[in-house]
Amino acid sequence: MTLLTPIEKTLINGWQNGFPLTSNPYAQIADEMNVSEQTVLDILVSLKQRGILTRVGAVVRPNTIGASSLVAMAIEPDRLEEVADYICSIPQVNHNYERENKLNLWFVVTASSKSEVDEILHKIENHTGLKTIKLPLEKAFHIDLGFNI
Amino acid sequence: MNMHIKVTTDDKDRALLAAIQDGLPLCERPFAEIGKVTNMSEEQVIARIEHMRQQGIISRFGLVLQHRPLGYRANAMVVWNVPDQEVDEAAKIITAHDFVTLCYCRARRAPVWQFNLYCMIHGQQRSIVEQQIETIKSAGLAPYPSKTLFSLRRFKQTGARFSTTPENERRLG
Repeated sequence: MTLLTPIEKTLINGWQNGFPLTSNPYAQIADEMNVSEQTVLDILVSLKQRGILTRVGAVVRPNTIGASSLVAMAIEPDRLEEVADYICSIPQVNHNYERENKLNLWFVVTASSKSEVDEILHKIENHTGLKTIKLPLEKAFHIDLGFNI
Repeated sequence: MNMHIKVTTDDKDRALLAAIQDGLPLCERPFAEIGKVTNMSEEQVIARIEHMRQQGIISRFGLVLQHRPLGYRANAMVVWNVPDQEVDEAAKIITAHDFVTLCYCRARRAPVWQFNLYCMIHGQQRSIVEQQIETIKSAGLAPYPSKTLFSLRRFKQTGARFSTTPENERRLG
């Protein structure tokens, strides 16, 4: 596990939400943390290089723009990697995990419309010869607001 | 939280989301940089992001992290089959636990998949996550059939992609 310095923890715990929407956001964060803007930028670059930070940006609520669905597939173990690699190559796939179940591949398709989601699933079924199980969101009770470390 | 939020967006909002999907630049004036690629002023970029945040299209804006390099490798998706009329009450019980990261209701797919209520728990140790799941069950979810699916390999994780191709923009409009 990657170790974090106290200042990295402060940045991570403080700014997963409520990022300043101002001209100089990193300078504003730096002010509140009592460090220089360059320090904040250097930490963000370092977190990114270490694979901890994906991006500074927006998390978009599902189904407010375009359409998306969770999809599950049951894949023979000896084909799992091949199928998973193919699915990762589809730009509209934005999460793809192996999970402990007969349905062992779980991914999210996000596209401009419901019909485009269906087209992509159809393409996957044709390419792999396997069924896709579409599990669209009906209601969100709790959404990702970041986490404390 | 209801997913049926009334939203007003236009092509410029979508272009903006596409421009920031790989992250805000790490420089002094990041919104000005985004403005250059989207043909907007810095003020317009900020105003549109603020507007999308207020409307709930953007659920949060800030650092987006990977759980795994931070040691959160025990990632469980727990699913339940809860009668439709009891889903809201069951979700209330689940989300009362602060270790729950996400909680969703999804369509069932009988006969292969009869589960409709989902929650995600990201933990550092499998044994602790298993105890947390037991805690939820004891709090009232025990009567419902459930399954726990820990994640094994992560093949891909990025933010949602917003296409900027002209063809897609037409379809979106």
